[in-house]
Amino acid sequence: MPSFSIRKRLVACDRTFELDVSSSFAEGGFLGVRGPSGSGKTTLLRSIAGLCRPDKGFVRVGDETWYDSRDGIFVPPQRRSIGYVFQDYALFPHLSVFGNIMYATGDRRRTEELLELTRLTEWARHFPRELSGGQKQRTALARALGRKPSLLLLDEPLSALDEELRSSLGEELRRIRRESGVTAILVSHSRSEIEWLCTDILELPLRSPDAVRLAEIALR
Amino acid sequence: MSFDPVPFRVSLELGLWVTSILFILCFPAAWIFARSTRPWTVWVESLGSLPLVLSPTVLGFYLLLLLSPKGPLGAFFLSTFGIRLAFSFPAIVIGSCVSSLPFMLGALKTGIMAVPSHLLDASATLGKGRLETVFRVAIPNMRPAIFSGLVNTFAHTIGEFGVVLMIGGSIPGVTKVVSIAVYERVESLDFAGAHAYAIILVGASYAGVLVLNLAQRRRAGRR
Repeated sequence: MPSFSIRKRLVACDRTFELDVSSSFAEGGFLGVRGPSGSGKTTLLRSIAGLCRPDKGFVRVGDETWYDSRDGIFVPPQRRSIGYVFQDYALFPHLSVFGNIMYATGDRRRTEELLELTRLTEWARHFPRELSGGQKQRTALARALGRKPSLLLLDEPLSALDEELRSSLGEELRRIRRESGVTAILVSHSRSEIEWLCTDILELPLRSPDAVRLAEIALR
Repeated sequence: MSFDPVPFRVSLELGLWVTSILFILCFPAAWIFARSTRPWTVWVESLGSLPLVLSPTVLGFYLLLLLSPKGPLGAFFLSTFGIRLAFSFPAIVIGSCVSSLPFMLGALKTGIMAVPSHLLDASATLGKGRLETVFRVAIPNMRPAIFSGLVNTFAHTIGEFGVVLMIGGSIPGVTKVVSIAVYERVESLDFAGAHAYAIILVGASYAGVLVLNLAQRRRAGRR
């Protein structure tokens, strides 16, 4: 059962606030974390991925401990079995769709499977700059699934897309997650998106309206 | 006096050595300067830009002290390898490395800073180590910066005059580079001879800069 408890001081403008969040959910489940902009959603995902180090807490997935401040355990991101879909996709611009996925899998057959799963086969030779938002999104998803991760992390996966695309890609995301059976965490500011896609829901603690506003300004 | 092509060979060899050595040395340094937030790096980095603003004669003077048989580096080379550094080819390679350092360091640092950090993060989440990420993600995404670093360093090394003269002397076939050959021809009032070297340098330099700009324009057009 994946579980985590993260505490980290964050700076927004000249004020600091503390991200303090913990949860656990079933293997194979889909946890949705909702919170307003600047509430520390991305920091939470980055902490679980090992891209940043929390001040206190733990991250456990399966029977592995990736982080535990009490025992001084910090497994670097390379050795955590994760797939991460970044908010702006972070596709490698010098590699084609095929190359991006191949970078993760290192295996031609697995890459072709993933292209099929995400319906990108005919776009395999194209480069990220030639893709639409939805295609970029699917490429990022296929790449994140490349290593058969124990945990898939999705940072606002649908928010950069327009209304129509959002619903069709959301449907796609549900199907892909079902077919791959991967345990996943999604963060989003949209409650409806989370209620639609996820099996478990976690609300990030609301801070004072003033602090939220400051954080939003800082992130702009 | 007849035209002697040897200084061109010396210049070319010097340029290739210096460019290769500086690329290998400057890459890790530029990475640290571009990515580190530690306060000490700015002190070291400023030291690295010093050759840009110092007179080549000042640089040459201190290098000569360093490389002479009684200087720390010169004494070391003499006792361990039996090589006299001052007024040798390795001496002008070392000297040119110092004087061209800022060109390579600056270009690489700019290039590294322009690589979006989320690409490096993405590579880490895909299980790739630091070194693999550098070779497969960072370097391919900073090719223009690497290219301009190589060309500028090479060109500056070929054009450098003061440092090479001070620590290399002007030994034909060893340390006499083209820029010094021009100077000597002018000194002996052989303007035709000076012209022969100079015009080739002008042509080659123009070609280098032109190629750089053409590549830049092609990239801009593709975007």
